[in-house]
Amino acid sequence: MHSSSRMAALLAQERTARSVSRRDFMKLCAAVAVAMGMEASMAPTVARALEAKRRPAVIHLHGAECTGCTEALLRATDPFIDVLIMETISLDYSETLMAAAGEAAHRALEQAMANPDGYICTIEGAIPTYQGGLYGQIGGETMFSLFARVASRAKAVIALGSCASFGGVQAAAPNPSGAKGAAEALAAVGVEPINVAGCPPNPINYIGTVVHLLTKGMPELDNARRPKLFYGVTVHDKCERRKHFDKGEFALSFASEEARQGWCLHKLGCRGPWTYNNCPTALFNQTNWPVRAGGPCLGCSEPGFWDELAPFTSDVREKNRT
Amino acid sequence: MAQKNYTGPVTIDPVTRIEGHLKIRADVRDGVVEKAFSSTQLFRGLEMIVRGRPPQDVHNYVQRACGVCTTTHSLVSIRAVENAIGFTPPPAAQLVRHLILSSLIVHDHLVHFYHLHGLDFIDMADALKADPAAAAKLASEVAEREISPGDYYIAHGRLKKFVASGQLGWLTNAYFLGGHPAYRLSPEENLVMSVNYLTALRIQLKLARAMAVFSGKNPHSQTMQVGGVTCYESLRPERFAEFRELYGECRAFINHEFKGDLTLLARRYPEATRYGTVSNYFAFDDFHDPVSGKDPFFRSGVLWNRDLKRVEALDTEAIQEHVAHSWYAPGPPRHPFDGITAPEYTGYDEADRYSWSKAPRYKNEPMECGPLARRLLAYARGEKETVERLNAWLAIGKFKPAALCSTLGRTACRMVESVILVNRMQGWLDGLEARAKAGPVEIYKEWKMPDKARGVGFCCVTRGALSHWIRIDRGTTANYQMVVPSTWNLGPRCAAGKASPVEESLVGTPVADPERPVEILRTVHSFDPCIACSVHVVQPDGEVRAFKAL
Repeated sequence: MHSSSRMAALLAQERTARSVSRRDFMKLCAAVAVAMGMEASMAPTVARALEAKRRPAVIHLHGAECTGCTEALLRATDPFIDVLIMETISLDYSETLMAAAGEAAHRALEQAMANPDGYICTIEGAIPTYQGGLYGQIGGETMFSLFARVASRAKAVIALGSCASFGGVQAAAPNPSGAKGAAEALAAVGVEPINVAGCPPNPINYIGTVVHLLTKGMPELDNARRPKLFYGVTVHDKCERRKHFDKGEFALSFASEEARQGWCLHKLGCRGPWTYNNCPTALFNQTNWPVRAGGPCLGCSEPGFWDELAPFTSDVREKNRT
Repeated sequence: MAQKNYTGPVTIDPVTRIEGHLKIRADVRDGVVEKAFSSTQLFRGLEMIVRGRPPQDVHNYVQRACGVCTTTHSLVSIRAVENAIGFTPPPAAQLVRHLILSSLIVHDHLVHFYHLHGLDFIDMADALKADPAAAAKLASEVAEREISPGDYYIAHGRLKKFVASGQLGWLTNAYFLGGHPAYRLSPEENLVMSVNYLTALRIQLKLARAMAVFSGKNPHSQTMQVGGVTCYESLRPERFAEFRELYGECRAFINHEFKGDLTLLARRYPEATRYGTVSNYFAFDDFHDPVSGKDPFFRSGVLWNRDLKRVEALDTEAIQEHVAHSWYAPGPPRHPFDGITAPEYTGYDEADRYSWSKAPRYKNEPMECGPLARRLLAYARGEKETVERLNAWLAIGKFKPAALCSTLGRTACRMVESVILVNRMQGWLDGLEARAKAGPVEIYKEWKMPDKARGVGFCCVTRGALSHWIRIDRGTTANYQMVVPSTWNLGPRCAAGKASPVEESLVGTPVADPERPVEILRTVHSFDPCIACSVHVVQPDGEVRAFKAL
């Protein structure tokens, strides 16, 4: 890793979090611009927004969830998470990463909410609503009440992931805690979130949404309040196995030669045709996505998919569907 | 500022840098914790949700128990169903699952150590006072490889610029700001660990990417199914090459920087080996030979009262869950196959009920599980690599083996386990690649769902012993239960009033400054709490009960 050759040194630099060159930064801005459907030449505009004198503040709340969305965010490369929190935004409250705990954390939240420049509120997780929300509490306050307080004063609210967007897995029948997505639970206090859906969503969809808010304002949303930039076409439309679908070439068992050859997974339960998301083009972890790896799409960015698009396995589904 | 010999209550709510929602309350006398209570603060009810669904679908739902130890719930659910139907997956599928699980455990240990636990030891503000060249020299010494001073100048400048911005972001109100008597690293040591904190953010995403080569994505893999795995595309030579490159870089970081940083902590935090003790430990088997299904690389067992001379065999029939102090309808302790519970919130009352977590017990005793339990068992059995690596770490601080049963010992075991496991992965990778080169590999086999069956899946996951228990009736899920590491480690008291491992471990933990109780945080974090997993509900056969408003 630390050989004396110049190339090795360059590679090493790319590998570590020790520097962010201007070139890297502009590359990032171009990548974000492209991800947002803008021309790469918009990079300087993105750069100006990201280089504001004060970094835009973000309050990240955790409700009923699994923290998978934050984990997904840690896997971001455009920008890397360290660049995001040190040079791009000011992550003023995040129970997963923040140094402070208990009372000190609570004070950090109050300070962040008093920021005269305002803040973007990210909600990860659903909001339990039964018994006034007693099934989920933070610092003695229900999530229901706390989220309403923080989100209603935010400049913008982003529901990160399918739990915050639509209630997610805990809202699947029989929804034991009365879990709801932010749009539904917080409508009464006037919160109208942008739903960055997915389980988890691709981090580029979240970062792209933040950058859009900072550069161009509110992105155009579909009827499920998802930014059309990322959720405009179905997984099926961009699927690399689409050619097999079009020829009627379906794998009928995961053990089959057809599965080995990468044929269409439609008859093994793939939900791609019903699912609006950019997985085939954006890729997860910069390298793969479920269908490429032989795993049928679950439809995880669709409202209510845990009930509406289940069961996910072929034999039972064939009985209930089409 | 610090009140020496404080007497009174301390509450940490929320406990941050964990997965989920946890409250810790402690009674402190003369600056030392006398009594502690662990309360989980969220209920989701996943087990109720999977009832009536196809058993082969359940792994998708329960995987969402946790996105941090993502995949483990999916894998153990698949194991439970495969156990119920009497199915053994093909050897190549077992190897793919080994690689997915081991990547996950190592990744999770790394992120826990630096990003969830690290700031309990590292004073990032003090790192600004460091001489970067001296820090780089120190880094080379402890990591046992050459580190470029240039990297340290750049990182130091970057941290300085960040602090000078006046927006401290995720470091706002950190306990170390303004100095804290329980933070003991020198400026250079703080800089070394701060640089590694930042570098580890980039290393972890590569280990996750390596996992995604076989799992389709991370978090939440999508290639494991009842019957095997689906990732034919991942078995191409280019994919093995991709995995090897990512893996190699991460393996080096773990063998050098992660290990080296535990050297720094052993030198500066010897007192953290004198608190955080627990009495009993247990673990399950895992990483069996993919062909024979025997010879697990991680071995099960039980240790009582920290007695390393006697390893007892584990009897899973002796596991029960208690609800006496949990927000569920009252009932006797029950084995997971026979659980009956309904949520019943009654308010926070330490004398009565105070947590959404149940209290699992083994032979009626609280047990710690996790990297410390697994390494202690390996140490007690004389497994060579564990003994040598733990002894080498103990020698740094001239500690005795008893020091392993402590707040810092827990973290040292996490490092040693990461090193051992990341090195072991090479063999599984080579084995899988050899099979893939030899011709078409079987990674999935057909199976048939029985009308009626029951099964259990066991798994050694990042935080300890995970088990899922399923009862199948008329081909669907009739009953489903998850007994999770953080329920063992961070649950409340049981019917007999015995404290859970974290509640036991906090007794004796010093508190230098009750306003900034970092030592309590250190002990709690040393268990790597994962609370979303730990809160669950077991349903009786029959109708789902309505909630009782109280």
